[in-house]
Amino acid sequence: MPTPVAEAVAETGKRRARPRREVIRRHSWPVRLTHWINALTIFIMVGSGLNIFNAHPRLYWGQAGANFDKPFLALHAWPGWITIPSYTDLADARHWHIFFAWILVANGALYLAWSLGSRHIQRDIWPGVSDLRDIPRSLIDHIKLRHPKGEAAKRYNVLQRLAYLGLLMLLIGMVLTGLCMSPGFDAFAPWLVDAFGGRQSARTLHFLFASAIVLFIVVHLIEVVLAGPLNELRSMITGRYAVPGEHD
Amino acid sequence: MTIITRRQALITSLAGSGLLLSGCSKIFQADALTESASFQRVLAAAQSWTRATQRFLLAGGQMAQEYKPSDISPYFKPNGTYNPGGADYNRQVAEGFVNWRLQIDGMVAHPLSLSVADLRRLPSRSQITRHDCVEGWSAIGGWTGVPLALLLRAAGLRAGAKYVVFYCADNLDGDPDKGGDQAPGRYYESIGLADATHPQTLIAYDMNGKPLDVAHGAPLRLRVERQLGYKMAKYVRHIQVVSDFRGIEGGHGGYWEDRGYDWYAGI
Repeated sequence: MPTPVAEAVAETGKRRARPRREVIRRHSWPVRLTHWINALTIFIMVGSGLNIFNAHPRLYWGQAGANFDKPFLALHAWPGWITIPSYTDLADARHWHIFFAWILVANGALYLAWSLGSRHIQRDIWPGVSDLRDIPRSLIDHIKLRHPKGEAAKRYNVLQRLAYLGLLMLLIGMVLTGLCMSPGFDAFAPWLVDAFGGRQSARTLHFLFASAIVLFIVVHLIEVVLAGPLNELRSMITGRYAVPGEHD
Repeated sequence: MTIITRRQALITSLAGSGLLLSGCSKIFQADALTESASFQRVLAAAQSWTRATQRFLLAGGQMAQEYKPSDISPYFKPNGTYNPGGADYNRQVAEGFVNWRLQIDGMVAHPLSLSVADLRRLPSRSQITRHDCVEGWSAIGGWTGVPLALLLRAAGLRAGAKYVVFYCADNLDGDPDKGGDQAPGRYYESIGLADATHPQTLIAYDMNGKPLDVAHGAPLRLRVERQLGYKMAKYVRHIQVVSDFRGIEGGHGGYWEDRGYDWYAGI
């Protein structure tokens, strides 16, 4: 099996008593760049999205829904420390949200074009049959907080692949359900609104997909911390990743 | 190694949650940025990207979705002004709006002054559409009225006409009897000619088969089906065709626009 994520960088020169850990180039620059733009953008989208949500903190199913209709989910307004801006202002929150929606789409399109063109998605993210057979073992590894070492650490494990693929799907779902809330776009593609079950269903799904993305981020950050935060962070900034040795 | 990782984990998560608890807005100085005029100009760029994109996508004059009578919302939430009040409007309500005049002027060849009865005699269009509020909710209602395009054709647009401005009888901040069309707080709106001449853009007088009630804009309101609810001015009494709206009221083309909302509300 060739190492999928990157080629190894030979660590030559000084020989020490203990062999140094192998350092590989894990993430290519387009992945690193789009990752950080995406991270910043999602942070702002969630914060400004919750501010917008506070203007009407009720969710419905179907085409229509307002105060006197039966809600699918009725929540309370989110506190100011989590929203952007911190005070409730629908006009300002919409300015943030719609500007960064364009950034999210442009960045996402760049990522998709590059990673489909370079076969990053097909090779590193799309799970193969052998990956899928590995799900039970990978699940147990994750539960025991046992992280892959050596050759296995150089490629994404199956749960990682499924999580990243799921995130991609969720982000596409966010863009589509977001568009369905625009009355102008709805006149252009009414079939898409109907495909989501109506404008209010699209709004509800927008909220649920966003919740799933927040859940992904929480798990993602926990995994980064457990796998060695400095090494993981470095690999997403400079690309260099020290492969955990078999006996570490 | 395990111990170090656990300690690192603890430190990192504590630092992380501390950062989060200090507030999303604080991390990015989002409040300060929001209040900065130059940052607002950056964010406002998105408004022109959206408008240009939707103008392109809707160049074929696409129609907003229309629904079946059974889809009509049992209760259509009114918003903004529920009753303009004031001596003049109250008298009009008592009279059944027989003396209401809709003035059409500005950059037109033939200024018009029409009563509600005049409008009811003109060709009409009925449509059941979804009303999307900027706050997030939607309601479905049936509307009957005169296509605005027909009125503008009758008045005859003069060269250079670009926007249609709607002045209303309600004042959200003061006495509706005082100050005329451009009193501070007077509700007004404006749309471009592409939306003004769209077949679903109506000066509506009936809602769900009955004359408009006071909460929903009696006797006349605007329907602009491919934009958000705040564009759809209620209690319309004066329509003015202009080449530029910067000189009107706050200069942003509408009551809510003067208070920070986007002029183009197709999103």
